[in-house]
Amino acid sequence: MLRLEHLEVHQERFHLTADWTVPKGAKVAVIGPSGAGKSTLLMALAGFVPHNGRVTWDGQDLATLAPGDRPLSILFQDQNLFPHLSLAQNLGLGISPRLQLSASDHARIEQTLDRVGLSGMGGRKPSQLSGGQIGRAALARALLRARPILLLDEPFAALGPALKAEMLDLVTEAANETGATVLMVTHDPADARRFAEVTVLVANGVAAAPQPTTDLFTNPPAVLREYLGT
Amino acid sequence: MTARATAAFFGLAVAALTLGSAALTAGHATDWSLGPADGAALRFTLWQAGLSALISCLLAIPLARALARRRFAGRALLIRLLAAPFLLPVVVAVLGLLAVFGRAGPVNAALTGLCLPPLSIFGLHGVVLAHVFLNLPLATRMILQSWQSIPAERFRLAEALGMPPGAQFRHLELPMLRGVLPGAMATVFLLCLTSFAVALTLGGGPRASTIELSIYQALRFEFDLGRAALLATMQFALCAAVTLATLRLTTGAVFGPGLGRGLEIPRPGGWRCGLDAVALGLACAFLLGPLIAITARGLPALTEMPPGVWPALARSVAVAIGSALLAATVGLCLALSVARGQTWLEVTAMLPLSASGLVIGTGLFLAVHPAIKPETLALPVTLAVNAAMALPYLFRLLLPETRTLLADYGRLSDSLGLSGLNRLRLVALPRLARPLGFGTGLAAALSMGDLGVIALFAGERTETLPLLIQHLMGAYRMEAAAGAALVLVAASLALFWAFDRWGAKHAAA
Repeated sequence: MLRLEHLEVHQERFHLTADWTVPKGAKVAVIGPSGAGKSTLLMALAGFVPHNGRVTWDGQDLATLAPGDRPLSILFQDQNLFPHLSLAQNLGLGISPRLQLSASDHARIEQTLDRVGLSGMGGRKPSQLSGGQIGRAALARALLRARPILLLDEPFAALGPALKAEMLDLVTEAANETGATVLMVTHDPADARRFAEVTVLVANGVAAAPQPTTDLFTNPPAVLREYLGT
Repeated sequence: MTARATAAFFGLAVAALTLGSAALTAGHATDWSLGPADGAALRFTLWQAGLSALISCLLAIPLARALARRRFAGRALLIRLLAAPFLLPVVVAVLGLLAVFGRAGPVNAALTGLCLPPLSIFGLHGVVLAHVFLNLPLATRMILQSWQSIPAERFRLAEALGMPPGAQFRHLELPMLRGVLPGAMATVFLLCLTSFAVALTLGGGPRASTIELSIYQALRFEFDLGRAALLATMQFALCAAVTLATLRLTTGAVFGPGLGRGLEIPRPGGWRCGLDAVALGLACAFLLGPLIAITARGLPALTEMPPGVWPALARSVAVAIGSALLAATVGLCLALSVARGQTWLEVTAMLPLSASGLVIGTGLFLAVHPAIKPETLALPVTLAVNAAMALPYLFRLLLPETRTLLADYGRLSDSLGLSGLNRLRLVALPRLARPLGFGTGLAAALSMGDLGVIALFAGERTETLPLLIQHLMGAYRMEAAAGAALVLVAASLALFWAFDRWGAKHAAA
């Protein structure tokens, strides 16, 4: 269980609080107006933004862990792959940060590339890939890291609707397979409906506790109505 | 050792080398009254640096304007060549200038033909001439960059409003020049303040001696430690003040952003076109003439080189490679740490600008004297001082790139648990290979051409190639000096090219 206890982020002219839990294996959408702090919330969980209060996973406080040691993988909005490393090397970093890979590691990388539909592309550099393929590769590395939590900070925002839907289905499949807990930032209600059973609404300095996604959108609070324009 | 601790160690080492030398010399200055010779050296130093800065920048304006608004075959090559004097060993430039402007050179031959008095290249004339030769390209590049930073949209607007070229100059180009000239002048002034090799070869005597040269004479010939210490302290104070002023005066672009569209600066025709052609022609003749002259003079001498050339070359190359690698290591380490927030280190990386080579040299001389014979330390000291002198340039080159690297890939690296040497190997080195290779090449070339602290320490067996050339010149063996100068230039460029190639080859796609 992921628990946020009196989490508070204070920055210049910006603050955000959150105090709730997410059950293991849940798929959570994080929605709200731009600038409300959706990304900041994820960055705080990942260890990039200082905060007050506690974040625990299965009772373990994450505060003492460096970003790379936390039980989570994160996909950023962009810059998810190192452009100077091949796809196989980028994926290999998910297995060994020293990039010391055994033959069986290479076999796993190949399998994972197959799994996300990038068969035989291990030798390519990111610049030779399309946006959708880059998203798949980043997801493949998260699969190899096999951490219990997956944070998605709109990594597919730049993709067209069809491609984005495809990627979300891939995330759903992968999460179902591994039982990962997923938090996904989005500004599109359709994404939330498609992907998440519960949704966190971030607005007015508060990240509200997760509510069932369908309830939230059938009976939206004022701030969400304003955002959606309904 | 952690990255933070390593960076702090390097920062303190640089501070010790620069500030420590300054403090040590100040401690040794027994008598604080300036003699008449010292006062003359101070006045001459300021006067020649001021004249050099003024003339370099004034001449750079028409040249930069011609380069900014004209397009012609070889323009890109010419702009590239403007970077070359930075890599050119000063002693080689001096030899070239001697060949063109010397007593038997073509310029004086022409003057005599026109029944005009000959031009002397020694003393103030020569020092200023050499400094303009060495710094005109730098000033031109700074002003050209500023010219190109005026968004082309402004020129289009000015044309749409029907402004004649004179009005465009007043409203667009003059404000730009007001922004860039103080910084350019201060930069050239600072470089001329600490220039030693030019004063050593073309200056000298009571009327044309700089502080830097006086330090050398006091230490090396008069063995007056107290006076050398006093002069070094004075030099440090002067350079520190000018460095601070320079850093304040070199500001960024003053124009708002343009749209980056490929619009071009208007190119007025008529007499203005002729003016630009004259500026370009004269600049080419002035900058290329000495290089052609030295090549012509040196090529025949290549067959019968004095025997000392090859050992001196080997010493120079070894020192250059060592100091370049040291400067690159320290520069990279400091840049990475400054980008990560240890901002106090930024000051230490720039400190060598305010301590000239001979100030540090005097400090080290006093530190080891009389326990160790200076000769035995000549090469290690030169290596360390050359590395320190190259550090500010390397650091400035690397810092913006390391900042971009951190902004783009810092969080990704952290989230994957990449840290320490591992991160250096997998992320920093491949991403920074290009500026690192270029900067290391620059440091190697600077060290190859250095004629500063080595003159203070060297004995017979620790002569570097520039020092050998200076000795050959002193013995009026001009042909042999020209031949050795060609070897020096070739080795400098080869080292620069090798490091730069390494960077380009390993640079990530």
